[in-house]
Amino acid sequence: MSTTATEEQVEQVVVEALRSFGAEGAQIDREATFEGLDVDSLDLAELAQIVEERFGVELRGSDVASVKTVGDAITLIAERIS
Amino acid sequence: MSGGGTASAGVDAATAGNGSGASAREGCALVTGASRGIGAAIALALALEGWPVAVNYRSGHEAAAETVARIDRAGGRALALQADVTDRDQIDDAFDRLEGALGPVLVLVNNAGVRADDLALTMGDGEWARVLDTNLTAAFRLTRRALKAMIRARFGRVINLASVVGPRANAGQSNYAAAKAGLIGMTKTVAAEVARRGVTVNAIAPGLIATDMTADLDGSLLSAVPARRAGTPEEVAACARFLASQEAGYVTGSVLYVDGGLGA
Repeated sequence: MSTTATEEQVEQVVVEALRSFGAEGAQIDREATFEGLDVDSLDLAELAQIVEERFGVELRGSDVASVKTVGDAITLIAERIS
Repeated sequence: MSGGGTASAGVDAATAGNGSGASAREGCALVTGASRGIGAAIALALALEGWPVAVNYRSGHEAAAETVARIDRAGGRALALQADVTDRDQIDDAFDRLEGALGPVLVLVNNAGVRADDLALTMGDGEWARVLDTNLTAAFRLTRRALKAMIRARFGRVINLASVVGPRANAGQSNYAAAKAGLIGMTKTVAAEVARRGVTVNAIAPGLIATDMTADLDGSLLSAVPARRAGTPEEVAACARFLASQEAGYVTGSVLYVDGGLGA
């Protein structure tokens, strides 16, 4: 799958946010699970807030609930933006 | 409940102090129901700590202006913020204006409250709903709104004005007791949710405090207070000042009783 410019921007924002939540940078890639990164529901709520501020898309709790990996989150957010 | 009619929420009086005592943090404090009584005393106490303070009121325009003026004379910075806390749109609008004027709300004091006393046997649905809406639901909505900036700032203080009524019975106040007990439950759970973001959520449970709101109460209540006197708004404000401080960072989910021993 080709990576669009938008997905790159989203990835940058998501990775930056995950680092600020305490996830170790070296462990953060698209295959990494939030559970494995010790990212919990409060972190995801904050991530949704950051995404809304940066990209103007609103993610509800039900959207985020199905997201398991960093790649899932990036894809979901990028889809919403386009 | 009867709200502010068609008046929109707004920042209608801004007064800046000389900035001496300015907070080290970029943000402000919002005290609901702060035109008089306990709310006004808390607003003044926080302003003296260096917080720019929003003095929220619903209809007491003159009293709110006087509270702002008192803070100004004391060298603090405050503005009056009209908004009915039970009106979602007014609250959103008030937050937007406040954040524009004073920055994010990093200290939220949910103080606005009403009484509509009656025995449960004869209490109307309206009296029940009005007290729950103002004393509990509005506090939840304000907290939810304020937490957004607090978790991003990795600092925040939510202080909920509960009551000794709730944890203990008071005939004629089933609505008020339910709301205040609910506020304590909300305090504890939200505190647990946001603790690791440096945000604390605590409740203050005043007993009999001498304010306009308690002026009509039977004086015999005093005999039930071990201290044998009513408390003052300033004594409650001192606790809020502590809970808002940096030093209180490890105090969260707690209920601080300010009641002369009434609930002991």
